[in-house]
Amino acid sequence: MRRASTVTTPRKLSPYAIARTRRKKSLQRFAQAFFGQPAGVIGLVILSVFVLLAVSAPLLFDREMLDITKTLGNESLEPPNGDFWLGTDENGRSILAVLVWGARASLVVGLAASLISMVLGTLIGIGSGHYTGLAGSALQRLTDWFLVIPFIPLVVVLAAVLGQRGLGTIVLVLGVTSWPGTARLVRAQTLSVEGRPYLERAKVLGDSDWQQMTKHVLPNVMPLVIANTTLTVAIVILSETTLAFLGLGDPFLDSWGTMLDKATGAGAASTGAWWYLLPPGICVILVVLAFTLIGRTLEVVLNPRLGSE
Amino acid sequence: MAVAAAVRAADSDPEPQRPARGGQQGGLGRFIGYRLVAGLGTLVFVLLFNFFLFRMLPGDPAARYRAVKSISPADLAKIRDELTAPLPQQFVAYLKDPLALDGISSWKGQPVWDLVQGRAWPTLVLLGATTIVAVVIGVWIGIKAGWNRGSRFDKVSTAVTLLFYATPEFWLGLLLILLFSTGIGFFPGIFPSGGVIDSGIDPLSFEGITSIADHTVLPAVALAAVYLAEYSLIMRASMVDELGQDYLMTARAKGMMDHMVRRRHAVPNASLPTITLIFLNIGFIIGGAITVETVFSYPGLGLLTFEAVSEQDYVLMQALFLVFTMSVIVFNIIADIVIAVIDPRIRT
Repeated sequence: MRRASTVTTPRKLSPYAIARTRRKKSLQRFAQAFFGQPAGVIGLVILSVFVLLAVSAPLLFDREMLDITKTLGNESLEPPNGDFWLGTDENGRSILAVLVWGARASLVVGLAASLISMVLGTLIGIGSGHYTGLAGSALQRLTDWFLVIPFIPLVVVLAAVLGQRGLGTIVLVLGVTSWPGTARLVRAQTLSVEGRPYLERAKVLGDSDWQQMTKHVLPNVMPLVIANTTLTVAIVILSETTLAFLGLGDPFLDSWGTMLDKATGAGAASTGAWWYLLPPGICVILVVLAFTLIGRTLEVVLNPRLGSE
Repeated sequence: MAVAAAVRAADSDPEPQRPARGGQQGGLGRFIGYRLVAGLGTLVFVLLFNFFLFRMLPGDPAARYRAVKSISPADLAKIRDELTAPLPQQFVAYLKDPLALDGISSWKGQPVWDLVQGRAWPTLVLLGATTIVAVVIGVWIGIKAGWNRGSRFDKVSTAVTLLFYATPEFWLGLLLILLFSTGIGFFPGIFPSGGVIDSGIDPLSFEGITSIADHTVLPAVALAAVYLAEYSLIMRASMVDELGQDYLMTARAKGMMDHMVRRRHAVPNASLPTITLIFLNIGFIIGGAITVETVFSYPGLGLLTFEAVSEQDYVLMQALFLVFTMSVIVFNIIADIVIAVIDPRIRT
């Protein structure tokens, strides 16, 4: 009798409340682990600055400053001075203004294409891990084949073949070419999840394939997918820069890659116009570095296998 | 970036080991055979992909040849017949000649493969120089940083390599031109900014070789900086993985000196992922050279790709794409075989 009285019956909580507290706890744990990594915090700070710049671009610089018909009065390729802190380009536009607006283009392309890649990679990865028959191995083969196709030539050729250049085309090209890495990773993780007892239980209880994949596998692969997608954003932004530099970008969109393309066209490297070359390149490096740092930190925090590092 | 795709591909395989076929340990020959068959499957896919990719183009394909003066109307009619034939018929023709060996470039009006052959050797020179520089420096940094994890060298080198990893290689090339070719401030303009060799020199003579070297330094440095970052990051990670292993303890217990433990025991075991990556990257650098060769007007396959894209020469593009993809497949197979030779555990 004594024993029973010491066991205080816990307050009855609904399953949802239990899940909520559990999620809150694990989120706190995650935040603590993430902010304990200086690299991740540095990445987050750099990224925040660029996001802030991209969002507030219209407040900082009027869109008209990018219109080359309005900047004819300015001297072209002027070195940095009091009026133009980073000098002017070959059309007399303020490089600082183009740079800040370029942050929008690069971030939007990077995030949108990575989203496509994430969805494709996750679907194909989970599918190829879950289905054991012909469908699964067909999806796996498809992933393996796409992995060997060299990425940059594929992107360049695809963009050239698709012809009409616009933001949508670029996002699509980068999105549909960068999924195989994600798919491969997701497949490996799916295989390890599929072997766990709770999935066996779900199968025995008659969950459909769809329920198994969305309710049990997906939540387990999601952390990995998020870490991987963050790294994908970095690659996509670099690739967008490459595409735009090769003249395959959206000609009406001033991304950092387009700036570098125009700078080369204007002979910035051979005439010594360093103020035209340096800023876009440094911005690309910083943003790519930020996503890489965040992605690596997420990997370390979310992937227990790497946790010891 | 190709860079990252390669990292992903080469990163130690997260998949569980495939169980040995037939329950017994297969030999090296069997492994190579299996690998070749798998490679053949990939090749078939690539051929199909290549065919359909370049049949997605809208418009009259023969119209693209109009600008070429050296093609006779009869030839033009023949090309149009070939290009507008029903898809199955085109496919049969394609299978007979998948490399488009007698395809005519719509840009230059000459056979595609004459163009490709003339441009192959500069890319091979660039590729060789880049790989040697990147591997030697990258692996050295990776070993040193990983072995002394947490040291000042480790922190600085990791920061610097991450920075290079995030750098677009063509931008680095532009910067190098600005500093060492144009010359700015106290930087001397000592290197040429275009071409692979000064005109009128025999490439096989002594002057020819020094001239080629002179032209190759800057593009090779631009490419190598990015790839050495990758090698050192991977090598460092594998070294860190080995640090706590028992066999190192055993080696130390035997009284071996630290640098000998590192050289004789840790490095050989940690080098497998990097070796895989080196072979995989050889295929990817060819593709990554597109922008760098463009920046330096270096007349290799990369610049040819850029020219094909800007001239909308799809026959040339198709041939180049196949060359790039096939080189990746071939180096993939070589990488797997080399690894299997080094490490018998892989041969399953």
